[in-house]
Amino acid sequence: MNTKKISLYGVLIALALILSYVETQIPAFVAIPGMKLGLTNIVVLVTLYYLDEKSAMAINVLRIIIVSVLFGTAMSFAFSLVGGMLSTVMMIVLKRIGKFRIIGVSAVGGVTHNIGQIITAMVLLGTKAIAWYLPVLWITGVFSGILIGVIGGMVYERLSKINIDEK
Amino acid sequence: MNKSLFGKNDVKLVVGLSVVALVICAVLMLFKQDGKQVVVSVDGVVVSTYSLNDNGTYEIEGYNKGLNTLVIENGVAYMSDASCPDHLCMHMGKISKVGQSIICLPNRVVVEIRGSKDVEPEYDTVS
Repeated sequence: MNTKKISLYGVLIALALILSYVETQIPAFVAIPGMKLGLTNIVVLVTLYYLDEKSAMAINVLRIIIVSVLFGTAMSFAFSLVGGMLSTVMMIVLKRIGKFRIIGVSAVGGVTHNIGQIITAMVLLGTKAIAWYLPVLWITGVFSGILIGVIGGMVYERLSKINIDEK
Repeated sequence: MNKSLFGKNDVKLVVGLSVVALVICAVLMLFKQDGKQVVVSVDGVVVSTYSLNDNGTYEIEGYNKGLNTLVIENGVAYMSDASCPDHLCMHMGKISKVGQSIICLPNRVVVEIRGSKDVEPEYDTVS
């Protein structure tokens, strides 16, 4: 790993952390727990396209660990880890299929993130009642996923015009 | 929106995902029945059961001494107060249908509506 890559990773993780924090400051949608914009997924998505699968995974895992240590609890760690891993894996799979572009990949990421969180809640709380939130979180996952895909796509477009190796 | 961001397949994918969500919605709606019982559990263990017809205010001691106040009146149940900082459970509204629930994550309290007095076996298994 060279210096350039190390600093690039650092910048990306810092960005993901800030977006995590920004998201906690948005009071909207409090009515349904787990309903989130998933701003940090912009970073994961851009990393997936701009760098590679391994980096996207690594940055997401590190981000989840750091955010949990800073603002979270063991409970929130479990939630973000399962949701984050499931969505990252699904996005990687979808991107590998090669038939979908960034918005489709991101929409599936949004949905699977929420599914992961619901599964975690069902396991941790030992109740199936939470499945009731599935339709709502599914829909919000699709829409936030599309939104994040649009933003991520625009960021990626601009980034891809810069060749970091030449600077 | 820029065209390079999404293609035909993405539109199909999003439509497909929305359809699945609607199907889940429809299935859940179809099985919606008026509930009879309010079951309170803390950390996965059932601590108390009330009838939806028993009007009253109940204190629930959750995980880590967290407190939630459950109100049952006129066939609906809702959380009127909670010791946790986010008060999410208080925003979850009033519940009365089988399967609906109010969940307070910090206190690990789950308030669930059930149909009859029989304890459904599927809820007993710790998943």
